[in-house]
Amino acid sequence: MDAIMLQEKLVERLLCPRVRTSRQKEKQYVGFATLPNQVHRKSVKKGFDFTLMVAGESGMGKSTLVNSLFLTDLYKDRKLLNAEERINQTVEIIKHTVDIEEKGVKLKLTIVDTPGFGDAVNNNECWKPITDYIDQQFEQYFRDESGLNRKNIQDNRVHCCLYFIPPFGHGLRPVDVEFMKALHEKVNVVPLIAKADCLTPSEIKKLKDRVRDEIERFGIKVYQFPECDSDEDEEFKQLDKELKECCPFAVIGSNTVVEARGQRVRGRLYPWGIVEVENQSHCDFVKLRNILIRSHMHDLKDVTCDMHYENYRAQCIQDMTSKLTQDNRMESPIPMLPLPTPDVETDRLIKMKDEELARMQEMLNKMQQQIHDGKDQ
Amino acid sequence: MSSSDVARQLGAHPLSLSGHVGFDSLPDQLVNKSTCQGFCFNILCIGETGIGKSTLMDTLFNTNFENCESSHFEPQVKLRAQTYDLQESNVKLRLTVVNTVGFGDQMNKQDSYQPVVDYIDRQYETYLQEELKIKRSLHNYHDSRLHACLYFISPSGHSLKSLDLLTMKKLDSKVNIIPVIAKADTISKSELHKFKLKIMSELVSNGVQIYQFPLDDETVAKVNTTMNGHLPFAVVGSTEEMMVGNKMVKARQYPWGVVQVENEIHCDFVKLREMLICVNMEDLREQTHTHHYELYRRCKLEEIGFRDTDPESKPVSLQQTYEAKRTEFLGELQRREEEMRQLFVQRVKEKEAELKDAERGLQGRFEQLKRLHAEERGALEEKRRVLEEEQSSFSKRRAAAQLLQAQNLNANGKKDKDRKNSGFM
Repeated sequence: MDAIMLQEKLVERLLCPRVRTSRQKEKQYVGFATLPNQVHRKSVKKGFDFTLMVAGESGMGKSTLVNSLFLTDLYKDRKLLNAEERINQTVEIIKHTVDIEEKGVKLKLTIVDTPGFGDAVNNNECWKPITDYIDQQFEQYFRDESGLNRKNIQDNRVHCCLYFIPPFGHGLRPVDVEFMKALHEKVNVVPLIAKADCLTPSEIKKLKDRVRDEIERFGIKVYQFPECDSDEDEEFKQLDKELKECCPFAVIGSNTVVEARGQRVRGRLYPWGIVEVENQSHCDFVKLRNILIRSHMHDLKDVTCDMHYENYRAQCIQDMTSKLTQDNRMESPIPMLPLPTPDVETDRLIKMKDEELARMQEMLNKMQQQIHDGKDQ
Repeated sequence: MSSSDVARQLGAHPLSLSGHVGFDSLPDQLVNKSTCQGFCFNILCIGETGIGKSTLMDTLFNTNFENCESSHFEPQVKLRAQTYDLQESNVKLRLTVVNTVGFGDQMNKQDSYQPVVDYIDRQYETYLQEELKIKRSLHNYHDSRLHACLYFISPSGHSLKSLDLLTMKKLDSKVNIIPVIAKADTISKSELHKFKLKIMSELVSNGVQIYQFPLDDETVAKVNTTMNGHLPFAVVGSTEEMMVGNKMVKARQYPWGVVQVENEIHCDFVKLREMLICVNMEDLREQTHTHHYELYRRCKLEEIGFRDTDPESKPVSLQQTYEAKRTEFLGELQRREEEMRQLFVQRVKEKEAELKDAERGLQGRFEQLKRLHAEERGALEEKRRVLEEEQSSFSKRRAAAQLLQAQNLNANGKKDKDRKNSGFM
């Protein structure tokens, strides 16, 4: 009895007046309006995970920004290389995983760092280790997904890549364009203008316009915020529009807390003034944080799963079937990293998948039979 | 030089004057002459696209050099030189500003330093050529050698970039390098201090010789020593003016404050201007001429083969060396000519022999053919004779046969006649 009353109370809080009147009529009350709440409870219990990649030249403030975003210090004992050591440096991939909690909600945050990107004198194909890493994560997920025991799949796929564009130039540079083009179909690329405290407001606007034009001109598909529904209120729509026009975000990060206007805030202290990281008129840090964490984190994950991962998977399967037609023998259904694809043969694909399913079903039946027999005995 | 030094070197002894002679105006005369001639200064700015090279030049020289923005997509590094005539009080300055275009933008930057090195060497080469000319006009020669190189370091806050280190190493023996930290309004004071230390330590540990302000002149030694400790200068450039207090100053306006370019607390622009222009410009020119140019000249001449001392370590003048070289070259030339001539003769002989052989061969064949022809002709003649003989013998036989036939006919005719006649009777 108590449970039902509790549920009704929850329903009252969630429902809008329309339904409440119908509930007052108490004729067709079903109760599935509590579903959002159930989802909420389950997800809190399960916990969330998010993988964020940061890429950009050394000295762009990537580590500082990550620290400012998640209000932790991930890079305590970092060793920076000297210039002569960086002449022939290769790009490394370093993962930091932290578990953070806020109001009972647990988040397993993985930051993928790419030290050495763009630092060497010869940067031809410096993004290769990064694309290989992303593909590896997709491949591993593909294997896990196709396996028999899918209870504890670890999702290490990269959900978002923040790319730091230097503010010292006139727009995008060749290395920026090449990197974003190599990654835009594998991961959600969010370009940022780093160290924005060296640009006056008019310069920021000019640079943003320039970068937006160049992104369009070179055909780079950066992450697009989803359109808001037509039945949202005007204020929300206006905010959404502002947000979209603000891309790419001009951000400033800080590891230090300073005193400004009587408060202690994260900021940078200069002889001519104090830059506050969380001040909307100083930079777009707050917008970025809202987008990344507060409103669009799940959308980023969805786009990664629904679009980038599915593209990878389809590509893989195509390559697999084309390899089959070439080799003419059955291979393991799990492919290696994708090769350039010849034409599609959908019949083959379907047939092969059917056979695979049939086999798995057989094995499952056999196992069930064995368990059943075992129980009987 | 003290007077005792002079005495030791020249063998002259000092003399005291009993009155005012007036040669203390010599420096003034020199100054007058230079002022009439005008001064010349060439400055090279190396830095990534958009780092603020043109803006800094505009701010330093308080004028608008009208530089257009470059694109990031240049396939190779290029240099763009522009010359301007400026005047301040009654001093004329011919300023050449050379900017790099597309530096640091390419994917592969291994050869980015090469165009710069080539440009610097070309200027030295033209000067050297002028110096070695027979009829030369050095006094009104437009000196295009680069006197100072401002290297713009990107304000990452950590250390130098690998490209910076590579380039500065290649240039430090060719030109006076003055590194500056560009766009310094993005680094806070504490970070700046660490950054400067890191840069200087990296330069020292890699053996890069940057330009040190001279300490030999007592009047400026003190200020130069202090300034040497502030290297590299962290500069901010701006041509926009803003009202601060009750003056119009060059500044950059941010939402959180105003950065004043000429405020020493905000950045080192004033220090740079003073050191580069007000105090050490002449020294920079001198260093370029006596140190860098002389090094280039020595290397170049040694390459060609000139030496200051011959193998017995006796000093040799340029004239002698030149004459020796000349005769050597001429001898070489003659030898080569002789060689060529001989080669030519030999070839001709060979060719002749070949042709003769060919001719002989042809002749032989001709003879052979003729013989064959004659033989065949003889054979034909023989055959013809035979044929004629046969013909004549045949015709004789025919004639004989005909005669016989005719005789027979006649005889038969008579007989017939007789028979006929007898028949009738």
